[in-house]
Amino acid sequence: MILLSPLGAVGRSVLGLLGAIGRVALFSGQAVGHIFRPPFYFKEFLQAVLYIGYFSLPVVGLTAFFTGGALALQIYAGGARFNAESVVPLIVAIGMVRELGPVLGGLMVAGRVAASIAAEVGTMKVTEQLDALVTLSTHPMKYLTVPRVVAATLTMPILVAIGDVIGVMGGFTVGVTRLDFNAATYLNNTIDFLESWDVVSGLLKAAVFGFIVAMMGCYHGMNSARGAQGVGRATTNAVVSASVLILASNYILTELFFAA
Amino acid sequence: MIELIDIHKAFGAKKVLTGVNLTIPSGESMVIIGGSGTGKSICLKCILGLIKPDSGTILLDGADVATAERDAFLARFGMLFQGGALFDSLSVWQNVAFRLLRGSLKRPKAEAREIAIEKLRRVGLSPDVADLFPAELSGGMQKRVGLARAIAAEPEIIFFDEPTTGLDPIMAGVINELIREIVTEMGATAMTITHDMTSVRAIADRVAMLHDGVIQWSGPVADMDASGDPYLDQFIHGREDGPIEAVR
Repeated sequence: MILLSPLGAVGRSVLGLLGAIGRVALFSGQAVGHIFRPPFYFKEFLQAVLYIGYFSLPVVGLTAFFTGGALALQIYAGGARFNAESVVPLIVAIGMVRELGPVLGGLMVAGRVAASIAAEVGTMKVTEQLDALVTLSTHPMKYLTVPRVVAATLTMPILVAIGDVIGVMGGFTVGVTRLDFNAATYLNNTIDFLESWDVVSGLLKAAVFGFIVAMMGCYHGMNSARGAQGVGRATTNAVVSASVLILASNYILTELFFAA
Repeated sequence: MIELIDIHKAFGAKKVLTGVNLTIPSGESMVIIGGSGTGKSICLKCILGLIKPDSGTILLDGADVATAERDAFLARFGMLFQGGALFDSLSVWQNVAFRLLRGSLKRPKAEAREIAIEKLRRVGLSPDVADLFPAELSGGMQKRVGLARAIAAEPEIIFFDEPTTGLDPIMAGVINELIREIVTEMGATAMTITHDMTSVRAIADRVAMLHDGVIQWSGPVADMDASGDPYLDQFIHGREDGPIEAVR
């Protein structure tokens, strides 16, 4: 029996994980179903666009700028081993638009937005505001989840596109001021070798990450346990699950987009 | 008329409702009393469809609420929540006019605001409160705003969940009186959940006591003191000794 107990623990964990995946899938399916059925709450959608998109711009921009700069330094140092310092502009651009822009942008937005949505919706649940919505003939899924999920899915690509430009400019700034690149050559190398699919694939990833961030925030908020501890746990779970799902889906999307 | 027929509800191994039978006649004010955790709020949430009973039937004017069209069904109800449950992100008037700003009862914004201010006035709040946010109000004012929201769409049935919890005795008296006045003037059917006996005497036409998952006693409020029911007697007098176990 003692030997079997670790197996039992593993089994319980696996069953728990599968159960959670099932619940998230059902929740997501319901939310997507509500996107296409009226009523639509445009005011709540616009507020979510402002909050998720516009107000996340500083954090995404700063992350992209410093990442682009660090990337330029790293690639220059690595490339110097093969006398390939000239690839810095191209690798910085590809690295930013394909991977680091969407992934780091997604993770930063997960930290900011998923936490905030989970805390807000979780507090609404424990203070009976979700029940109040129902009694006022308003479906919480339509009023709270759908506007946030649609807003995040649509604004994340725009946010990441701006982040990509800022990240490339971060690399450009470091390249020109610290690595003695000619400014015009750096920009020409970036533009000439970057393909449209590099950019589009990153933006598609960003849309998926936006969907994940808002969905995890709403799911954990709506399933928050009672009390401050319950809301705190929901907030943590939202950020952790959004981050893990972003990294996992990034791998799957990269396989889909770029596997030979 | 609302009828609860043999309602059962359990959460895991804990059986909360074990066969609740209760009738609330139209136009009457029914108050459900009982100790904490006896399932009073669960009863109310079952009627509204916020919680699904495990078994039993709930009828509203003879029609099963489980098969009713949700929007039309909920449009007949107003509810005052225990903590107010006001939406933090909306101003007071937007909270009161929530139902009038969207859905089937939607009105032009100016008209909805006018109705909200009129309802605020009805519950004793001045129009300058309208543009404040819930966090800027005291507990008593939040209860009044909750009450204004509950009556904004002139519902036929109003539920009050612990309307005086957390209020000082004077404010509790004011809220009790407001509820009684509003229910009478609107001719609404009211169901109130409380363990505050002052509220019971101020609000109720009829009283039902929930204990051990069933309605232990029900009858007109005037008969309550002479009911002869040991459970009710212990509860209304707040005695430690009696058939209801008092945990120390």
